[in-house]
Amino acid sequence: MTRLASPRAGRDLGEVTVRAAHARGRPGSRGYVGWLYAAPTAVIVSVLFLAPLALVVWMSLNKWPLLGQPRLNVPDNYTKISDDPLFVDSVWFTLKYTVIITVLLSAVALGLALLVQNRRPGVAFFRTAFFLPGAVGFAAASLLFYGMLNPDFGPLGFMDVKWIGTPNMALFSTIGLVLWRFAGFNMLILLTGLQAIPIQVYEAARTDGATRWQTFTKITLPLLRPTIALMLILSITGSLLAFDQFFIFTNGGPDNSTVSMVMVIYRNAFFRFDLGGAAALSVVLLAALVALNALQLRVLRGGDK
Amino acid sequence: MAKRFSAAIAAGLLVTALAACGGGETAEGGASGAPDSGTTITMWTRAATQAQSQRLVDAYNKTHKNQVKLTVIPIDNYQPRIAAAAGAGQLPDIFAADVIFVPNYTSQGLYLDITDRVAKLPFKDSLAASHMRLGTYENRMYTLPHTLDLSVWFWNKDLYEKAGLDPEKGPTTLKEFAAQATTVQEKLGKDGKVHGTFFGGNCGGCYVFTFWPSVWAAGGQVMNEQGTKSLVNQSPMTDVFQIYKDLYAKGISGPTTKEEQGATWTGFFPKGEIGVMPMPSTTLGSMPADMKIGVAPIAGPDGGQSTFVGGDSIGISATTKNADAAWDFLSWTVGDEAQVEVLAKNKDVLARTDLASNKYSEADPRVVLINSLVAKGQTPFALRFGQTFNDPQGPWLRFAREAVFGDPAKLAELNTAVDKSLTQS
Repeated sequence: MTRLASPRAGRDLGEVTVRAAHARGRPGSRGYVGWLYAAPTAVIVSVLFLAPLALVVWMSLNKWPLLGQPRLNVPDNYTKISDDPLFVDSVWFTLKYTVIITVLLSAVALGLALLVQNRRPGVAFFRTAFFLPGAVGFAAASLLFYGMLNPDFGPLGFMDVKWIGTPNMALFSTIGLVLWRFAGFNMLILLTGLQAIPIQVYEAARTDGATRWQTFTKITLPLLRPTIALMLILSITGSLLAFDQFFIFTNGGPDNSTVSMVMVIYRNAFFRFDLGGAAALSVVLLAALVALNALQLRVLRGGDK
Repeated sequence: MAKRFSAAIAAGLLVTALAACGGGETAEGGASGAPDSGTTITMWTRAATQAQSQRLVDAYNKTHKNQVKLTVIPIDNYQPRIAAAAGAGQLPDIFAADVIFVPNYTSQGLYLDITDRVAKLPFKDSLAASHMRLGTYENRMYTLPHTLDLSVWFWNKDLYEKAGLDPEKGPTTLKEFAAQATTVQEKLGKDGKVHGTFFGGNCGGCYVFTFWPSVWAAGGQVMNEQGTKSLVNQSPMTDVFQIYKDLYAKGISGPTTKEEQGATWTGFFPKGEIGVMPMPSTTLGSMPADMKIGVAPIAGPDGGQSTFVGGDSIGISATTKNADAAWDFLSWTVGDEAQVEVLAKNKDVLARTDLASNKYSEADPRVVLINSLVAKGQTPFALRFGQTFNDPQGPWLRFAREAVFGDPAKLAELNTAVDKSLTQS
């Protein structure tokens, strides 16, 4: 009940504060004070985000050596992107991975969240257990799987399965790793959404004689929509930027079958020392992500009005 | 309370900042003074040759006022770390590098020109020729040989004896190598523990280091002299691939050969699980003391002898402020004392050919053999070596895996990818 009431209460409070400010403040100084309040954030954003971003864009317009003076070469770094078969392949692979992992991760996380949404004896144990892999660093988790599935010394290596020996197995093993590592975290996000659905709505549905399936599809899912949107955005963005799992666990192999886009950027910058080319790829990837997220937000917000 | 706490933190930060400034000043003070006046010299090396670097650094620090601070970086991360540090202007005073990456680094201007300093060394003509050649760019010298790591065949004498082979006779051709590996596998491989041979099947650098000497021994080449055109799609390289392909197909090479990414490829031999395989000579000093190991030069399919003269070169970074102190250490590492009392004493290959036979090497004929191979071996030159042959996403690994485990029909196309990478601007 309180949860339902709180947004409204917050808005009231906001109006009160604004009115109070009106009453106190001298008209001239208000803009200045506002800037002052925003200044720390503005400084942090410009130093940590805008300045590096500008530098990357500038780098992408130059031939940028490790030492010495960069030389302007627009638009070479951009035109040669499509010439690199490794990058073109990596785009398709990353998209494939993103689709598979987002579907599976959402399904598993929703399943887990539904399992542990109600308070009953022992549920805290399962919530903790499901969430626990999320507390392991992702790089460490990748190494953990590498060791666990290693055919020479891994506890699961004894089975006659080439866990990362073939392209498909490498992808499936990686998906297993990512599900294990992130399902609990996504479950937590969904759980907050589930618990924000007022119990009265379910009671009303039951009174109207809705079946379990109807309750799930007509009540739970629609009311969970904003939470699912958040989870999808996190999952899709995260998957398109996948790096650790493929860099550490499969090393892009076998035979370059698991090379993600960020791995190509890393390779261009740090193995081929083509800093300008890597910066161009980063700018393209950033633009694609911004566009995709804008689109996602629009589509997912659509039903809220 | 909270206020006092944050004040303490602020004070702490201030002290650290001041200390950092102070450190910087002493370091710069050392640059203007004598070469050995208590300067702290920072140095990076890769894990592969850590043991040798550490011994040299320890011996130098014990007898000098200068102190070298060594940082060891995992092999896979070394190239990226150097690139990142160079881009940020944060290279150490001295850094070692896999000798095959050196042409690229010198062409990028990462090393300081030491031509005039090298010219003053009395023994400059006996420095390992292959390392010196790769450290020379446009007639200027940038690096000295740091450690030498040669590829040779190790065979396990105990396993040979059990398999009914003559434990004192190692292979003299690649075909004999295959035959002996097959015998070990057939006689001892039933329990799945022991295998005839092993190689790093998913590791570009491993193929280069262990397969190419067979090509050179047979009188062939893998690239043109400028390192711009690949010759790996023709004989004798293809013959060498075929022999290893058969070894894997018949289960004579360990079952994880195809997946071996290079981190653990030298780990099976010391466990006594492998009959005969190519190994880095630097590992000889760290083999189990009670293990009877024979060492043979890598041969071509029908004979000949060669080796990959690998290892590290070392140079002063272009951005250092301690060039004199850094040179004091570098020139000391190739001097008589360091070469004999530090390197030779631990069965390492020496950077100088005039010291190849010394009081330590005479005690172990295997070390004499390895030292003698320096003159017979090769170090391939290519500006784009790392990204072509070592990088796991590079074109060579695809090529080699297709040649050993896959479809030879695809090799022509993959070879053009190797060519393209070698000439990338």
